[in-house]
Formats: sequence, C-alpha cells, structure tokens
Amino acid sequence: MASITTSSLIKEYPGGVRGVDEMDVTIHDGEFFALLGPSGCGKTTLLRTIAGLEKSTSGSIKIGDREVTNMEPGQRRVAMVFQDYALFPHMSIADNIAYPLKIQKVAKTERHSRAEEVGDKLSLQGLLERRPGQLSGGQQQRVALARAVTSRPDVFLFDEPLSNLDARLRLEARTFLKKLQPDLGVTTVFVTHDQAEALALADRIAIMRSGKMQQLGTPREVFQRPANTFVASFVGSTSMNLLKGTVSAGSVLIGRQRVAIPTDAVDRVGDGQEITWGARPEYLDISLVAAPGGLEGTVTVSENLGASALITVELPENGDLVQVVVSEDREPGIGTHVWVTFEPRRTLLFDSEGLRIGD
Amino acid sequence: MTALRGSSRTAQKESRQMLGHFLGLMGKSVFTALVLAFFVIPVLWLVFAPFDAHPGLNVKLPEFTLNNFKVLFDNPTAIASLGNSLILALGSMVVVLVLGSLASYSLSRVKIPGRDLLLYTLLLLSSIITGTAAMVPTFLLMVKLGLIDSQFGVILVLSGGILPTVIFILKDFMDSTPKSYEESARLYGAKPLRILWDVVIPLARPGLATIAVWAVVQVWGNFLVPYILLRSPSKSPAAVVMYTFYTEGGQPNLALISAFSLLFSIPVVAMYFFVNRRYGFRFHGGIKS
Ligand SMILES: Nc1ncnc2c1ncn2[C@@H]1O[C@H](COP(=O)(O)OP(=O)(O)OP(=O)(O)O)[C@@H](O)[C@H]1O
Ligand SMILES: [Mg+2]
Repeated sequence: MASITTSSLIKEYPGGVRGVDEMDVTIHDGEFFALLGPSGCGKTTLLRTIAGLEKSTSGSIKIGDREVTNMEPGQRRVAMVFQDYALFPHMSIADNIAYPLKIQKVAKTERHSRAEEVGDKLSLQGLLERRPGQLSGGQQQRVALARAVTSRPDVFLFDEPLSNLDARLRLEARTFLKKLQPDLGVTTVFVTHDQAEALALADRIAIMRSGKMQQLGTPREVFQRPANTFVASFVGSTSMNLLKGTVSAGSVLIGRQRVAIPTDAVDRVGDGQEITWGARPEYLDISLVAAPGGLEGTVTVSENLGASALITVELPENGDLVQVVVSEDREPGIGTHVWVTFEPRRTLLFDSEGLRIGD
Repeated sequence: MTALRGSSRTAQKESRQMLGHFLGLMGKSVFTALVLAFFVIPVLWLVFAPFDAHPGLNVKLPEFTLNNFKVLFDNPTAIASLGNSLILALGSMVVVLVLGSLASYSLSRVKIPGRDLLLYTLLLLSSIITGTAAMVPTFLLMVKLGLIDSQFGVILVLSGGILPTVIFILKDFMDSTPKSYEESARLYGAKPLRILWDVVIPLARPGLATIAVWAVVQVWGNFLVPYILLRSPSKSPAAVVMYTFYTEGGQPNLALISAFSLLFSIPVVAMYFFVNRRYGFRFHGGIKS
C-alpha cells in the first residue's frame, strides 16, 4: 500500500528520444490509475521506469515514503503484469503463481497452499496443474495477475493488461478487474491506449502525448472538461466536434452562423479572438424545425451505433462537419435540412494554442 | 492424315524424351550408389570385422566368432581407456555447459561495443587451439602450468577449443528467450544467476542438450590433444590407446582394433538416438547477420 510520486522525471533513450519528459505526477494510495495516450507516447516507458526496468535519466520516483529512484527493480516492491503475461512456459500454473514466494525462500508446502488460495480468488480452480500453453488468453491473464498478487507488492503495474483478449472477453475481464482492485486495495497503475477502458476502470486518468502529461483528472473531468483539443479529441468514443471560429459581438462566429459563447468562457474572450469551438456529439441534438442559436446544415452521413446513430451534418458555407448522436428512432434521412442544437454550458472554447478557455 | 502423322511425331518425341529421362535417372542412381558405397563400406567393415575370426582390411561375411571381444576384455588398457574417454568427454561437457551458458547469457544480455567482432574472432581462432598449428605452444603452456600428463589439463584444452562454437550457438538460443520472462522474475527479486537457472536454462534446454552431445562427440573422437598431453598409458583415452594395438609382428592387430572400434562407436550412436528422441536436434538460428 503506497502512493507513487514522480518529480521532474525524464527518461531519455540513447538517440535522444524522450519517452518520458518532465513528468510530475502523484498517484494516491489504493488508487486505480490509468495512463492513457496514443501509441508511442511513452506510457510503457513511464511504467517501466517506475518499475526500475528502465533507468531514469533525471528526476526522482518515490513509492510511499521510500525513495526508489536508484533501487533495483526487485527491491521496489512492485509487481508488473506484462502485455504478453510472461508466464514461464516450463512451469505449472501453481509454480508460476508461487514463483515470487520461491524467490523469498518460502517452503514448498506453504507456497502451494498460497498458490491455491490466490488461484481461488482469481477463479483459477482446477487449472493449477496445467502449463500456461494449455490455458486460454483470459485464464493466462488471470494467472499473471495471481502471480502479481502472491508477491504482495505495494504497487501493481499493468501494461495493456486487456489488449490480448478478444472484444467480449475484454469487457468481462474489465468488470472483473474493476471488482478485484478495491478488494486487493493495492495502488494500481495501468497502461492503455483505449480511452473507453480508461474511463471505465480508472479512478483518475493521466493523458500523455510525446512523453508529456496533457491532463490528469477523474474520468468525468477529462471527458467533460478536457484541458486542450488533443485530450478533447482523444477521449470519448466519438471524438469531439472542433470547429474554427472567431469571437464577434458577444457570440462565436462559425462561418456565417452564430452560436452562443460557452458558459465557461463568457467574459474570458475578446472580440476578434480566433478560437476553436468544441462540442461532444453526445451533447448535441437535432431539430427538424428552425431552432434559434442552432447550427443549420444538411445531413450527409448516418452511421448506426446500435441503440443510437451518429449523424454527420455539413454546414453550408465552408463545408465544416458536425457529428451528432441521436437515439435510434429519431434519425433524419440523408439530405434532410436540420438544425443542430445544444446547451451552451455543454460546449467549450479553446484558444489558438488549443488550450481550453475557462476553469 | 496430317493429324495422324502429327500425333505420331509427338509420340516419337515423347518416347525420346522418356528415354532421356530414363537414362538420366539411371545415371543419377548409379552415381548415388557409388557415393553411398563409399560411405557404407567402412561401416559394414565396422559391423562385420569384429565378429570375424580372421579380419582383414576388406569387407567380407565373417566366419562368426566372439573371440575378438574376449581378447579385448582381457586387455586391461583397452577397457580402462574407455573409462578415460568417458572422463575426458563428460568432464569437457560439464566445463563447456557451465562456462558456455554463463558466457552466452552474459554476451546475449550485456551490450558491449565490438561484441559481435569478439564472437566471430573467437570462433575463427577456436579451430586453431585444438588444431595442429598451435600444438607446440599449447604443449609449452601446459608444461609451464604443470598440467602435462593430467586429464584435467586435457579437459581444459579441449573445452577451450570447443567453447567459442558453443557460445556462438547458445547465444542465439539465449537471444530468442523473451526479455519479459526475465524482467518479470527480476521484479520479484530474482538475481541474475537465479534467473539463469530458473528461467533461461529451462528454455534453452534443447540447445544445451544438442551442445552436450556435440561436445562429447568432439572429445570422444579427439586423438591429437590427449596423445600429446598425456604420458601414462593408464590415463590415455580410447582414441589414443587404439593406436597402440599392434601384433608382435608389427602389423596392426585388426582383431582387437575392429572389436574395440565397435565398442568405441556405440556410446556416440546411442547418445545421438537418445537426444534426438528426447529433444530433437535443433541447430536453428545459427548465424545471424
Ligand atoms: N528501447 C528503446 N530505445 C529507443 N527508443 C525507444 C525504446 N523504447 C521505446 N522507445 C521510444 O520511446 C517512445 C515511447 O515508447 P513507449 O513504448 O513507451 O510507447 P507506448 O506509449 O507504450 O506505446 P504503445 O501504445 O505503442 O505501447 C517511442 O517514441 C519509442 O519509439
Ligand atoms: Mg506500450
């Protein structure tokens, strides 16, 4: 049980690529923490640096109140679940699960009873005599988890723990993890490039890009109040509509149409300022009759999402596209003339640097 | 009419082609048979001569007797020499396996500049150590070290000659074991030797088995090194002792030599079958660019 704190942490690979760049982050005791970002942004690097498998270039890492920056990985009391699970193919499942105990020189009978106990907790009953090659992907993942649990670490580190599972199994494993983590009560950091996974599982999410932290917050915060346009478009199952515009006479001018200034940004923008207007498709609606304050356009694409549909509306003047999620029985036909409506408090403004305006 | 003639011409052409094909096949078969005979005849001699009352240098069906073996078992140096061969072979095997796996593991995991150059140079030089060219310096070295007439000395020299090839082959096996296995063990606090023993060696076992057999075979058949470095006949291995089997008349004692040769070759063949069944021979990977 411990918090993790990194201060000005930098990991530079030979050749000058910074996998982690000036990272300051505090992960609370017992928290389920997600590292989210596109491929190559340095999630794995940060995780491995915390584990000690990569040596940091500068900065420091603390686990609890222990300074671990220069400690051997084996002394940091962290357990990691690798993307390929790294189960030892020549050992039985029981031996795999009990391997951390073997290194701690625990007697064999004790090891096996502990393996059984942990195996029960992770629904691995009846599989303990098998070899890893004889298990399904989901079972292997649970064995890797069980092995991590047996070592009784202060911190769990998971590198894309669900990415090797097929879609349905992934949802199952997700729910399983979500239930298991508070039971274990161990601080957990997991890496994912799947924003839905991060939103679903994590207590807090750190979003990274090119080794740098973009935003740190609860799933709700990063979803509703993204710090910048990158986070806005990366988080969410449909990416946020971002339209270029200018502030003019108390409203936002997009093409030749006017929309209200978002509630957050009122009084924080000046006339003539170049901005980006943002709104999530889920927070937009469609009206078939003229709606004042709405954006007028024509439906060009309609994508079925199951219980809802993703409608793409083209604005007339400059060809800007706005996407809207509507419930299944209300989808307008292609070519329909519509008005896109919204509540101004659900919309956002970003400045010319891409940073959100407002608090 | 024309159609008929045309078809008979193609038939002619076909039969000529078939004749050519047939002759080619004949030629190939004869050639293969000759090559095969070249290799089979010595083996046949090895199988027949030991059971022949009057073995010569030609292959013939034996006048069956087991007397040759009786003479052999009555010869104390002969049987003891097989024991010596075993000591040298197993001794070298152990040295080669222990040093080879340690060296190849470190070379596979630690990045040092010029590592590949080092490996290739070692490989190149290894054939010299146990070869004829370096025998005088090797001999002088062993004299200085006081390791003349010592089986341990022979084991060291032979292992030295084999090790570079072993390291080269094993490094490839070590390279191909996934890093995450070791990292995982490392996180649970395992030290490098522990990781080598628990994780890397079990995964490289087919490679190690191959290497073990290969080392035994190399040492088992080596004549030059023990011949030069050992003095006492009581320490000499079979390959050297066989050389001393002459009749009083100064002729090679073929009865003794043939029986001894058969005995001499059985362990190697047996080992080959054992390992092949258990692990299959896998010299895969080999040389990477
Ligand atoms: N061993 C290495 N040597 C040099 N550069 C590396 C090394 N490992 C990673 N990098 C670089 O560091 C950056 C971050 O890599 P990292 O593996 O941490 O990304 P990631 O966020 O985990 O991506 P993914 O989602 O694809 O796993 C990348 O630009 C990558 O090319
Ligand atoms: Mg990664």
